[in-house]
Amino acid sequence: MPLILNEEQTMLRDSARGFIGDKAPIAHFRQLRDSKDAIGFSKEHWKTFAEMGFAGLLVPEAYGGSGLGAVEAGVIMEEIGRTLMPSPFFATAVLAVTALRGGSEAQQAAYLPKIAEGALLAALAVDEGTKHRPSNIAMKAERSGNGFKLSGDKAFVVDGHMADLLIVAARSGGSAGEREGLTLFAIDPKAKGIAIERTVMVDAHNAARIVFDNVAVDADSVIGDVDQGGALLDRVLNIGRGAVAAEMVGLSDEVFGRTVTYLKERKQFGKLIGEFQALQHRAAHLYTEIEVTRAAAMKALQLLDADAPTAAAAVAVAKAKAGTTATLAVQEGVQMHGGMGMTDQFDVGLFMKRARVCQELLGDSNFHADQLARMKKY
Amino acid sequence: MSDLDQFRRDTRAWLDSNCPPEMRKPVTADEDVFWGGRNTKFSSEPQRLWFERMRDKGWTVPDWPKQYGGGGLDGAEAKVLREEMSAIGARPPLSSFGIWMLGPALLKYGNEEQKQEHLPKIAAGLIRWCQGYSEPNAGSDLASLQTRAESDGDDYIINGQKIWTSYANYADWIFCLVRTDGTAKKHDGISFILFDMTSPGVSTKPILLISGKSPFCETFFDNVRVPKIRVVGTVNRGWDVAKYLLQHERAMISGMGERGAGRPLGQVAADSIGVDAEGQLDDAMLRGQIATFEVDEAALSCAAERAVDLAKAGQGHPAFSSAMKYYGTELNKRRHEILMSAGGIDALEWESPRSHEGAKPRAWLRTKANSIEGGTSEVMLGIVAKRILDLPGA
Repeated sequence: MPLILNEEQTMLRDSARGFIGDKAPIAHFRQLRDSKDAIGFSKEHWKTFAEMGFAGLLVPEAYGGSGLGAVEAGVIMEEIGRTLMPSPFFATAVLAVTALRGGSEAQQAAYLPKIAEGALLAALAVDEGTKHRPSNIAMKAERSGNGFKLSGDKAFVVDGHMADLLIVAARSGGSAGEREGLTLFAIDPKAKGIAIERTVMVDAHNAARIVFDNVAVDADSVIGDVDQGGALLDRVLNIGRGAVAAEMVGLSDEVFGRTVTYLKERKQFGKLIGEFQALQHRAAHLYTEIEVTRAAAMKALQLLDADAPTAAAAVAVAKAKAGTTATLAVQEGVQMHGGMGMTDQFDVGLFMKRARVCQELLGDSNFHADQLARMKKY
Repeated sequence: MSDLDQFRRDTRAWLDSNCPPEMRKPVTADEDVFWGGRNTKFSSEPQRLWFERMRDKGWTVPDWPKQYGGGGLDGAEAKVLREEMSAIGARPPLSSFGIWMLGPALLKYGNEEQKQEHLPKIAAGLIRWCQGYSEPNAGSDLASLQTRAESDGDDYIINGQKIWTSYANYADWIFCLVRTDGTAKKHDGISFILFDMTSPGVSTKPILLISGKSPFCETFFDNVRVPKIRVVGTVNRGWDVAKYLLQHERAMISGMGERGAGRPLGQVAADSIGVDAEGQLDDAMLRGQIATFEVDEAALSCAAERAVDLAKAGQGHPAFSSAMKYYGTELNKRRHEILMSAGGIDALEWESPRSHEGAKPRAWLRTKANSIEGGTSEVMLGIVAKRILDLPGA
């Protein structure tokens, strides 16, 4: 498959770019941030996202969605990255939908059409420690009657404070470090014993810490098979990583574009600073890194759609590469904007904060380089 | 099944029965590479067989037209062939500046007579070419070259000196940039001309490098007489041909790291250094460096694939080869730093059969030229800055 967008994907990108650029520019994000908005995103925009088919992008047509794939999800994420638009798209339309598609007919029928309509928001609770280590999940799911009792702490749950549905990875067997024994649950966040704290993060996007204290759930809430959630969780995490990589490509490209424009406008020592070779070379290097990263992200998303055995390695490459490139892009962006780059008034700092969060989200560059090394057995 | 799937199956089957096992091993020594030419020798029988079988199918130059000795494959088929060859680790049957550089330039700028005269001989490995571009005072600033070609009836009389002429001492013919108009602006008075290295007045002298070898030469022209019909393209417009050819050269150099890559670098290092109780490379810092390198390398190969796809779709940028040349050569230097580190003390041996006469350190030293030859990394970045990013100045 060629590593370029086809005609339909290009149209999808153009419509996403049109809507997001028009209705949700960075000013929109700033307004939500500065007003300390209670939910942190625009319900109206999410409704339009649903009408445009974006909320149900990965939902099969039989359940009212568009039945599209990871490449298309990446297309939307890249545009979201360009304006830092706060949106439930990642948590609900990408992570939750992929998890639910591994569930029963009844679960899919119950949740997927509502997600596609834009009527249901969901969040995935995986991380527990300081760093993303899904194999170390320790949250307990003890059998109790016909169901389970869940206890443990989850952190960095994207959109966790406003979800209508929590998808929780817990350990029904085995011990930390083992892949066997993980189970995914679909849980009502209002269930007794759940305490949700919205965490205000550096990038002013949405995430939550959630404490589960002996939360009783019945057997119907299990997604897939008990103790066998590892493979499904991997699938969910990998598409999520591919999506975040695409967001970082969008973010990097946007910062880069703004920086190059600045190099062509700003004068110092009687010259445009873009005439200085030292800056030209750094800009050209950054351009190359971004193009290389874009190709790696696209490759990973295509391989995910093809369900290729090499997809996991390609995702590790894409997320690792996107993390280092985004870090470079925002650092160069701030540095080349000089003092102005340090001000809140200039947008480039907002990208820097978002890039730091995207790095940590579902594994940073070191985590994924290490994963690649493990896959290659060294 | 699509035609392309069928082509893949046929190709795989053909390669399987025709590529000798000895030709599926990584290239480790100079004689593993077959360059062709009048005075050529095969280093082994499998090398000869592999070359001749590929030549007979036109697959030394799979995407050239059949009438010039090529395989007549379209872009998709040529890609399949590359992939299938790479899957079994097949060596290139013929390495040649004629294939990588002159051929594409002749296909675009040569007249029919020139194509018929030269292309089939390149495809069949009969003539080995070298490139007469750089001069002592015209390296990265190539257009300041001074080698003169003065008109004398139907001929030019060429005088001057070239430097960094790779394998000039083994080459049969040279493709050469000469100044045919000394009064024009520096890019406007240059012509691209071909001539036989045995012409009277041509001499070469190898340059010993830090690798202890001399793939490069100084090349001298003392009243060399060359017929004017040997000019490719328009007289005084040789810069167009030169630039076009440089794109191919840069693509070739940026791909050098991929050749013979084969096993993951981490496993190569594990063989040499050993692993800890958990099976991980017994040097945590090096393991991290290698993993980071392999991320970059895998990402670059995606970018190379995408560049081909973009070009096919008519969306490529002509200067993108400069970005790839820059990235690929810097990466290849990193690869060899890692290989030296993984090789440890063993990789320091310079003269011993055990070390294949220092193949590793010599290859490491050789890669340092990657970011110089064909335009330095700094020149590549300058091209990207100006032609792709449209930054101002100079």
